[in-house]
Amino acid sequence: MKALIHVTLKPDVLDPQGEAIRKACGTLGYTGVGSVRQGKLFEVELEASSESEARALVSELCEKLLANPVIEDYRVERIEG
Amino acid sequence: MFSVLQFPGSNDDRDMEFALKTVLDSPARLVWHGDAELPANTRAVLLPGGFSYGDYLRAGAMARFSPVMAAVKRFADAGGPVLGTCNGFQILCESGLLPGVLRRNRDLHFISAWSHLRVERATAPFTSRSQVGDVLRIPIKHGEGAYHLGASELAELEANGQVAFRYCDPDGTVSAAANPNGTEANIAGITNRAGNVIGLMPHPEHAVEAGLGGDDGLRILGSLVDAVGDAR
Repeated sequence: MKALIHVTLKPDVLDPQGEAIRKACGTLGYTGVGSVRQGKLFEVELEASSESEARALVSELCEKLLANPVIEDYRVERIEG
Repeated sequence: MFSVLQFPGSNDDRDMEFALKTVLDSPARLVWHGDAELPANTRAVLLPGGFSYGDYLRAGAMARFSPVMAAVKRFADAGGPVLGTCNGFQILCESGLLPGVLRRNRDLHFISAWSHLRVERATAPFTSRSQVGDVLRIPIKHGEGAYHLGASELAELEANGQVAFRYCDPDGTVSAAANPNGTEANIAGITNRAGNVIGLMPHPEHAVEAGLGGDDGLRILGSLVDAVGDAR
């Protein structure tokens, strides 16, 4: 199975990279870009016998490794295969 | 014996060893991250700066899985002194030995500069050679040094007196202008609740001789030597 996982900074945590990208958008003339938040996308291939088992495994991985819960949230976008 | 850990990508390990061994005349040795145990006569553990595991995933996130870190945790839980600078601070946070996290500097730049630190906590084993309010001049060099902790936990940290150092002006004023990287409340270093684990972004091991531009780092590393006593 394959899981797609988004890890993003919590909404109240300053994202200086996203802010720099937003400014660059403005410099390019895209004045309508109001906010940019940067995150990470993980594609994880894993062995699991069911989707619920895969989801449980992925949540554990996120909490122990892929995200730092002090500043980051994670969202399992999709599990397929 | 002072055990200075060496991770793949550490780059201040030998500076730390030099500061302890040559400048402070204390026995120190490098300990490889793959070792499952600390040397039996370890009296204090030092986690140096650098880029362990290339900062993959997040700074410090991979090093916490090194075999030696389980031994460091046991050592710290038993009350042994543990000091992490820069990447060492990041590793201690990722390992859960210290609360919070170091995030990307506010302006995204890697900063290499002298900083002034106001001592907020003057106790053994790390800051007994200072008084509260003293100003130390010690360099910083990092890209991810902004300390972050949730508001309620931060209030708890402050109430417990766990903030050890804050960035300040040369006269000791803790000002917004003295905050180099957007760190919460100008925090440069913190201890755990018990006070035997400390993490700080500045590098005391780079300020140990007049020829290096100053020796205020000895006020920190020397305190540790005082606390540990004859470590041979």
